[in-house]
Amino acid sequence: MHIMEGYLDPIWCVVWFAVMAPFFIVGIIKLRKILAEHPEQKMTVALSGAFIFLISSLKLPSVTGSCAHPTGTGIAVVFYGVGVCSVLSTIVLIFQALLIAHGGFTTLGANCVSMGIIGPLIGLIFWKVLRKAGANVFISMFFAAAIADLMTYVVTAIQMSLNLVTSVGANFIDAMIDMLSVYAVTQIPLAIVEGIVLAMFAHYLATSRADIFEIADSNKINPFSTEV
Amino acid sequence: MANDKMIYIVGFAVVAIMVVGILAFVPGDYGGSDDAGGEEAEKYGYVPWLTDWIDAIYGELPGEIEAMLFAVQSAIGAVIIGYFIGTNSARKKMAAGAAAE
Repeated sequence: MHIMEGYLDPIWCVVWFAVMAPFFIVGIIKLRKILAEHPEQKMTVALSGAFIFLISSLKLPSVTGSCAHPTGTGIAVVFYGVGVCSVLSTIVLIFQALLIAHGGFTTLGANCVSMGIIGPLIGLIFWKVLRKAGANVFISMFFAAAIADLMTYVVTAIQMSLNLVTSVGANFIDAMIDMLSVYAVTQIPLAIVEGIVLAMFAHYLATSRADIFEIADSNKINPFSTEV
Repeated sequence: MANDKMIYIVGFAVVAIMVVGILAFVPGDYGGSDDAGGEEAEKYGYVPWLTDWIDAIYGELPGEIEAMLFAVQSAIGAVIIGYFIGTNSARKKMAAGAAAE
């Protein structure tokens, strides 16, 4: 889902940074509050970031004959919400842009909006709905992680298509179909793999540290809530 | 407990079968979808207005170095997850020991 340096017009880079900014600021405020008021949760915060680091580094083969990587944002968004997830995702995106030239700094806002904000937000909604409906942790995390992953790539396809519409006058529907076939179709099996892996870890947590899920239960869908 | 083990065994087996199955039966060069997205934009006549500035500093990264940097990224995550699981199981053992006393 990394949009490479130079593939979004400057105006879109600004727009996506503007969209990212409020979520990121709320995330910083919430993260500082968590670390100050609940220092015992430092390890869980680190764990949430660790999954993004680990899983987003794994390039996996897909049914389209190309490779892509999962995002690993499921744990972070379920425990700490969209704001904190956007901060943790940005750290990983900067690491990749700086060292591996994957993504870029001009496209950091767009990449954060897809990977750290909108994709995870939809995953979090699935988590909350499934948990309310009485689904167990395994099933709820499977859908939260898989949907967050898949929607990240759908958002990337939208971002690229919008850029093509304004820059070269492409038809939005045509561009979306092409971009979705590149990004989203490739991502379907990877989203399933990510869903299974994170669901297994969530099951491990549920059986060994069930208390941790109190954090997830108190977490709000509202991305601008700084309540901890 | 046996049910827990079964969840992990089946979960890892499904992941392995999916990855190996795709590699074995789907033909392709397995290039990155990130690059494919850029190429798709270029088919519409889009010309990137900026090249990776990192390339200007240390040139295009050789595949081996890129793989090493991805491995470093994986390792950072894996070390933290491993530490969490280690401390968690130690805590469980200590709690079980205290309860036995």
